[in-house]
Amino acid sequence: MKLNIKEFPKIPERLGSGHRLCSGCGAPIVAKMVLMGTKDPVVVTNATGCLEVATTIFPYTAWKTPFIHSAFENSASTAAGVEAAYQSLKRQGKIKREIKILAIGGDGGTYDIGLQALSGALERGHDFVYLCYDNGAYMNTGVQRSGSTPRGSSTTTSPAGEAVPGKQQFPKDLTAICAAHKIPYVAQGAISNWKDLITKASKAFAVKGPAVLNVLSPCPPGWKHADDLAVEISDIAVNSKIWPLYEIENGQWRITYKPRDKKIRPVEDWIKMQGRFRHLTKKENHHIIEEIQQWADENWDRLERMEKATSSEGGSE
Amino acid sequence: MTKNFIKPLTGASAVSEAMRQIDPDVVAAYPITPQTEIVMKFSQFVNDGKVNTEFVPVESEHSAMSACVGASAAGARAMTATASAGLALMWEILYVAASNRLPIVMPVVNRALSAPINIHCDHSDTMGARDSGWIQIYCESAQEAYDNVIAAVRIAEHEKILLPVMVCQDGFITSHAMERVDILEDEKVKKFAGELKLPFPLLDTDNPVTYGPLDLFDYYFEHKRQQSEAISHVFEVTDSIYKEFEKISGRKYNRVETYKIKDAETAIVALNSTIGTAKDVVDALREKGEKVGLLFPRMFRPFPAEEIAEKLSGLSAVAVLDRSETFSGTGGPMLADIKSALYEKESRPTILKYIYGLGGREINPAQIEQVFSDLKEVKKGKKVEQVVYLGVRE
Amino acid sequence: MSEKGWKELEIGGRITEAGNAAKYKTGDWRTFLPDVDREKCINCLQCYLYCPDMAIEAKADGTLGKIDLDYCKGCGICSNICPVKCIEMKKEEK
Ligand SMILES: Cc1ncc(C[n+]2csc(CCOP(=O)(O)OP(=O)(O)O)c2C)c(N)n1
Ligand code: SF4
Ligand code: SF4
Ligand code: SF4
Ligand SMILES: [Mg+2]
Repeated sequence: MKLNIKEFPKIPERLGSGHRLCSGCGAPIVAKMVLMGTKDPVVVTNATGCLEVATTIFPYTAWKTPFIHSAFENSASTAAGVEAAYQSLKRQGKIKREIKILAIGGDGGTYDIGLQALSGALERGHDFVYLCYDNGAYMNTGVQRSGSTPRGSSTTTSPAGEAVPGKQQFPKDLTAICAAHKIPYVAQGAISNWKDLITKASKAFAVKGPAVLNVLSPCPPGWKHADDLAVEISDIAVNSKIWPLYEIENGQWRITYKPRDKKIRPVEDWIKMQGRFRHLTKKENHHIIEEIQQWADENWDRLERMEKATSSEGGSE
Repeated sequence: MTKNFIKPLTGASAVSEAMRQIDPDVVAAYPITPQTEIVMKFSQFVNDGKVNTEFVPVESEHSAMSACVGASAAGARAMTATASAGLALMWEILYVAASNRLPIVMPVVNRALSAPINIHCDHSDTMGARDSGWIQIYCESAQEAYDNVIAAVRIAEHEKILLPVMVCQDGFITSHAMERVDILEDEKVKKFAGELKLPFPLLDTDNPVTYGPLDLFDYYFEHKRQQSEAISHVFEVTDSIYKEFEKISGRKYNRVETYKIKDAETAIVALNSTIGTAKDVVDALREKGEKVGLLFPRMFRPFPAEEIAEKLSGLSAVAVLDRSETFSGTGGPMLADIKSALYEKESRPTILKYIYGLGGREINPAQIEQVFSDLKEVKKGKKVEQVVYLGVRE
Repeated sequence: MSEKGWKELEIGGRITEAGNAAKYKTGDWRTFLPDVDREKCINCLQCYLYCPDMAIEAKADGTLGKIDLDYCKGCGICSNICPVKCIEMKKEEK
């Protein structure tokens, strides 16, 4: 698959200007890049959360493609209903054209409250793409911890306090949970690597059956970084291996980008860019940074083992 | 199966027959006693190729209702069915369905809510959902459930309404009892239901619409006002659809059903299968010359207050039998509506308050007779203020 | 947009005018303004690809178009990612 940036302006714009997401928010960049993965018309379902709230404040919508928000925990089951309607009407000859269905949820709507609906929809095999824009907390309600919040991060329900220095747990591995459903395609992406991300989106839209994309989505007020850093911070997340880029295509695990030599960064570089980790730079908390580094390294090793264990003789590209 | 035919069916299978004939584009459902037979029978129709329906065997009722919302907004005719805890799990999305003006039809088999867990009939499940914006129709028998599920499709989808409808029947008592049910010809039902044409389907990708935006203090109220407006048209639309249904079935339905109430002095108000039990008692008492009757608010949401008041105001005493508690300390949910319906009337009957049948506790003819005899005492001047828990052990 | 009464609004809170958020100008959130040195620009379109507010136009011929100040919130992402550093964020005089 060869991507040409010059072709993108020809793809209809599905999410337009005038939305009220914060200045420098990563979420609209994630959404627009993923939507560049198909030329077919797309119906979008979106869970309650920043992206949904800020793009559809009545009487205005920033969406130029059919869109439905129903609730916080049911983006996947709402999409399942849209997909069932599509299959039924297509079979009855009432719809002819090819239409794609994209369900979107934040990390709260995906890792936590919407996980059951997502799991059900993946298991049933609906033909849709699920996109999690992962900003690592419940941002819309004021930065509360989620199952995706990194260890050590200070949120309003896991604040850095005198006794407890931020969130104690490591995030759950949503991408692996989705892969465990043995669906055709699961991938993790980041906006810093746009070719990688849009290629993954095209694959996700192209497969028959469910596909999941989990994409890192920087949030200036929640992560406490400057407004212009969404791309840079994603880049360092990828090169520090805290957010590895990989895909699981029909059971084959493949790391799609391997940082080498000078590119490799310690997770500390990523942590130091964000105010939510500020308390970790204190001496007594330094061990947490080491633990995070270890966690990232182990995770990477596991990915490499998975890649090796599932690679076919034919070899990947 | 293209002729009218009489078939022994349970209330649950009668409803699945209606669903087969309606042949909805999408059914998303999850099993729960005593609704299970509906889902199982319908799944068989799907896998035998008897319907065009895309069946979504969801992982929860929350997802069942969510998928119906997605399907209906997409432009499909969508149905589900549930009971008790299943309805409770749908709660949040019931409001989403009604507020998004999606004409989903849902047979509900009434069952008690936990705790303690209980699988038998009472009306606490649908009574709790009475203010969710759904139209509610109650049914005495399997035949009524079958007929009303078919009629409900047209009521829900009417351009002036566009609201979801629950069609309720009593768990086990109706859902599992065999009854002779007159099943209409498939073609008749198909023609009656007609082609669905919803405004602004999501799948019309040439005309992109946004559903479910954030609606703040500047517009939310207007959208609620529109819902009230749609509700105000339900009676006229239901009347005309019931008339049309009578033409194809020979069976006549009313929003408010009455039994021998014309010259009655006292009457019982109740829902669903209890009406059937009470009819026999009324017949027996009438033999003895007692002027007794029954009233059944078939449509409970919207509540036909005026008509009910009209029919009850001339009576001397009325007993309202609620098969659920509100825990307001003042009696059951129907009682409150009946009382407020009568408030405007100059002549008002004395009202006796009963709560009965919770968790499937049997209601028998002797108890109904007892209620009529209480009413007789009241007519003679006896005062009864408190709520009576009929059939509970002291 | 004047606020419509309930009789004039589409039912169910539906918004039938696609993309009408364009009527809502977010440009006044801005304190810094992107200023492009067109001489230096290599038309790589990265800024267009990354702008979270869809404020940067890419022309059909594949070159950089206008920056729409009605929507640009001044986040500075375009300036940060430009490979030849030809976008400068300047304090906006209001
Ligand atoms: C059932 C329910 N519980 C809680 C909420 C409140 N709520 C709305 S959005 C949200 C957090 C969303 O977090 P996430 O999915 O991560 O999206 P983000 O806002 O971070 O983009 C919460 C808790 C709700 N709307 N519904
Ligand atoms: S709080 Fe974060 S996720 Fe929400 S709009 Fe602002 S930047 Fe985006
Ligand atoms: S990123 Fe820089 S070089 Fe590329 S098009 Fe934009 S202004 Fe020109
Ligand atoms: S400053 Fe931000 S909003 Fe403005 S054009 Fe650049 S990327 Fe877009
Ligand atoms: Mg989040």
